[in-house]
Amino acid sequence: MTQVPQPDHGDLERIVMTVVRALRGAGAAAGLSGPELDNAVARSLAFLRRRVTGDFEVDAYGFDEDFTQSLVFPLLRVLYRHWFRVEVRGIENLPRAGAALVVANHSGTIALDSLMTQVAIHDEHPDHRHLRMLGADLVFATPVVGLLARKTGSTLAATTDAERLLTSGELVGVWPEGFKGVGKGFKDRYRLQRFGRGGFVAAALRTQAPIVPCSIVGAEETYPMLGNASAVARVLGLPYFPITPTFPWLGPLGAIPLPSKWYIEFGTPIPTDDHPPAAADDPAVVFELTDHVRERIQHTLYELLRNRGSVFL
Amino acid sequence: MARVVMVTGVARELAGRVLRQLAQDPEITRVIGVDLLPPTGPIGRAEFIRADIRSPLVARMLDQAEVDTVVHMGVIATSRDAGGRVVQKDINVLGTMQLLASCQRASSVRRLVVKSTAGVYGSSPRDPAVFTEEMSAKVVPRSGFARDSMEVEGYVRGLSRRRPDISVTTLRMANVIGPSIRTVLTDYFALPVLPVPFGYDGRLQFLHEDDAVHSMVRAVRTDLDGAVNVAGDGVVATSQAVAMARRPCLPVIRSASGLTRWSMRQLGLAALPADHLDFLAYGRVVDTTRMRHELGFEPAYSSLRAFRSFLQAGRDGDRHAGDSPYRVEGAP
Repeated sequence: MTQVPQPDHGDLERIVMTVVRALRGAGAAAGLSGPELDNAVARSLAFLRRRVTGDFEVDAYGFDEDFTQSLVFPLLRVLYRHWFRVEVRGIENLPRAGAALVVANHSGTIALDSLMTQVAIHDEHPDHRHLRMLGADLVFATPVVGLLARKTGSTLAATTDAERLLTSGELVGVWPEGFKGVGKGFKDRYRLQRFGRGGFVAAALRTQAPIVPCSIVGAEETYPMLGNASAVARVLGLPYFPITPTFPWLGPLGAIPLPSKWYIEFGTPIPTDDHPPAAADDPAVVFELTDHVRERIQHTLYELLRNRGSVFL
Repeated sequence: MARVVMVTGVARELAGRVLRQLAQDPEITRVIGVDLLPPTGPIGRAEFIRADIRSPLVARMLDQAEVDTVVHMGVIATSRDAGGRVVQKDINVLGTMQLLASCQRASSVRRLVVKSTAGVYGSSPRDPAVFTEEMSAKVVPRSGFARDSMEVEGYVRGLSRRRPDISVTTLRMANVIGPSIRTVLTDYFALPVLPVPFGYDGRLQFLHEDDAVHSMVRAVRTDLDGAVNVAGDGVVATSQAVAMARRPCLPVIRSASGLTRWSMRQLGLAALPADHLDFLAYGRVVDTTRMRHELGFEPAYSSLRAFRSFLQAGRDGDRHAGDSPYRVEGAP
């Protein structure tokens, strides 16, 4: 018989009790008490048990629903509900089932807007759909970040993955401005940058999935980027190195985003099935559709900004 | 329709079992197994011929027996089994070249089935989430079994061009695992501490050893042309596999992969191939639509069940003692 060293039960019990005490402490600090606290501790223990025994499921893209629901969303929800107080409009424009491509503006120095959109769709959509996001190559080559990205359902922003997801009827989110969007200076806030080569539109055309424009207001003011230390960025291999009022001066405290109030609005879906799938190879159709989507997002952004009172309240 | 079938590499586990299964098929007139050493299990009515596929005598054998189907399973995955990397490359690449040259000259040969690996797609952060057969590696494998298989596939394509009348199926198998087979991965999971890449969690696909054998036999009976991915359903994350193996793990920074492998060798533990940590970090998933619809093969085990069967056999003590995995490798 293979000898696998088993910790004796006394040790195991001690470890488990320490973990339970730590969880209770954390729960109490978060303001939970009584049966709510007990439930939270029980759920966390169950999650840890599943992790330690490998009792979870990962899909072909690396999406780990258990991890996302049990660990990531609760943490993101703190930001979503209490820090950014996100207000979501137009959720009915997302289909109940089946594929759709959500196209949004990108801003905020780090990709918090994509995470908030993911939580928004999951929490506000009547079927709690998961948004599968397309991210840049750099994300997946970075340790930890790449791992978390895959586990929460993201994959490469490449035509093959996008088309595969859309063909299986998933909700796919893309931020075509990419690093140009997140890394733009504060003076260019809410002005959409160039929308890439339109690969995402081609994917939607080929799979005949509707395009849902999405406008996100509030992310620009989280880390107002006043400058870019490009020399430092080059040395570190980053697309930019942001200089904000709080970073890098306050060090790690500078990583705390400013508590702006966010609005995420989903616009009326733009159908792609009035073109045949082969139109994906026609640059004229692709550019026209890309411009149309960009205009719609920009227009809604200006509306939201006009009606917005204060940035933070 | 296969009448006279020749299988190479029959001294090894999977090829020996393929030989045995083909021998049980009443529609095949003659089944011949070829290798330097005889197969370890019973082979029924199949014949064994001791021959080196690197020698041109194979051509004569193909003609004399009027072989119409060649099943090439002689590409060796582990340098340990071959007796070192240099010998492994020799057998894999030169052996295949010679075998294919013999097939080209033998007018009786009509069908070729080649055991290849999904490793030809490589493992990198830029990979598409799922590889289909038309795609090629983003980061081309540079060494080892995957590299040899890439070269083998290249020579096979060359044969296809020169002999368009031969239909060729190349089976790109995901990592084979199961109760009996011994591979780099099974050696890895037998280590007392598992080095895992820090900050990465690859998607691993497995193919149960029984399914590997059945897919080869299935391919012999069809007339499919081209590459086919073969893998069990579903995906196992590296962290999941390590947790299920109930072994302590040691996070290792990816850039320290060379240092890790050197330490493993110095400690007398099984040597890991150069791309092993990359494979654990990024994994590799292949699309199996063609396997189901064109090859007509459905694996009985999912990736998870295949991996579990391997772990279960280890716990039940059903795995062969064989050579201790804690032995220093031969040539690197």
